[in-house]
Amino acid sequence: MNAETLPTVQNEKPSFRFSKRQAIALVCGCTLFGAAAQILFKFGANQLTNLTLDALLANPLMIVQIIIEPPLFAGYFLYGLSTVLLTLALRDGELSVLYPVISMTYVWVTLLSLVIFHETLNPFKVLGLASIVLGVALLGRDGKR
Amino acid sequence: MKTPLTSILLVFAAAFVGSFGSVFLKAGAGKLHRNLSTLFLNWRLAVGVVLFVASSFLFIAGIRRGELTILYPMVSLGYIFTLLWSKLFFDEPFTRTKLGGLALIVLGIVFLSLGNR
Repeated sequence: MNAETLPTVQNEKPSFRFSKRQAIALVCGCTLFGAAAQILFKFGANQLTNLTLDALLANPLMIVQIIIEPPLFAGYFLYGLSTVLLTLALRDGELSVLYPVISMTYVWVTLLSLVIFHETLNPFKVLGLASIVLGVALLGRDGKR
Repeated sequence: MKTPLTSILLVFAAAFVGSFGSVFLKAGAGKLHRNLSTLFLNWRLAVGVVLFVASSFLFIAGIRRGELTILYPMVSLGYIFTLLWSKLFFDEPFTRTKLGGLALIVLGIVFLSLGNR
């Protein structure tokens, strides 16, 4: 299966389009929602102390706990919202501009973790983060637009 | 607090499973038309969504122990798998820029591991 044989949605005229500026603004919003979702996931995950692999094998219904734990539920909501909006923005905007914006999510999550979970930084973590942000930003430079 | 290796491996597994989710969503999106049945009776999209949910469970299991400053940036490993599958399944070319981006991501993950203490 290759790209040529796949009929794409782009063949049909979408009912609306974002301008380039709107796409950038939308992606900025998505990085904030996405980062907030990760913090909520961590909050929720910290509360799943009784969910061990043994307990889960004994009672597979325990998996429902993941979805009904309030911070996780809220995290899924924000994550889903940011994914849908991101997909729309990526369809209409320039990837070479939007990817660097998306990679800022890593910076927001790191900053929020320092403040909220009192995590610490060291030079290797900063180098790693910078390298990943740069790498993800570069990936957008080869987009079709 | 040092992030345990099991947490890191769970996050890597989440990234791997999630990258397959993207492949199925992309294949499913190609079958979408202006007709709701192409959305709801679309097994490729359904598989994509299931894989994303599975990936999120692995991720949540992974971040239960350890630091988000280490674990979250490691999710970017998923881009590497996604690029590989894009080449394999959709014939999207590898370019120098993409390889440069991938190299930086791998380097970043190595740095983060060194910073995990």
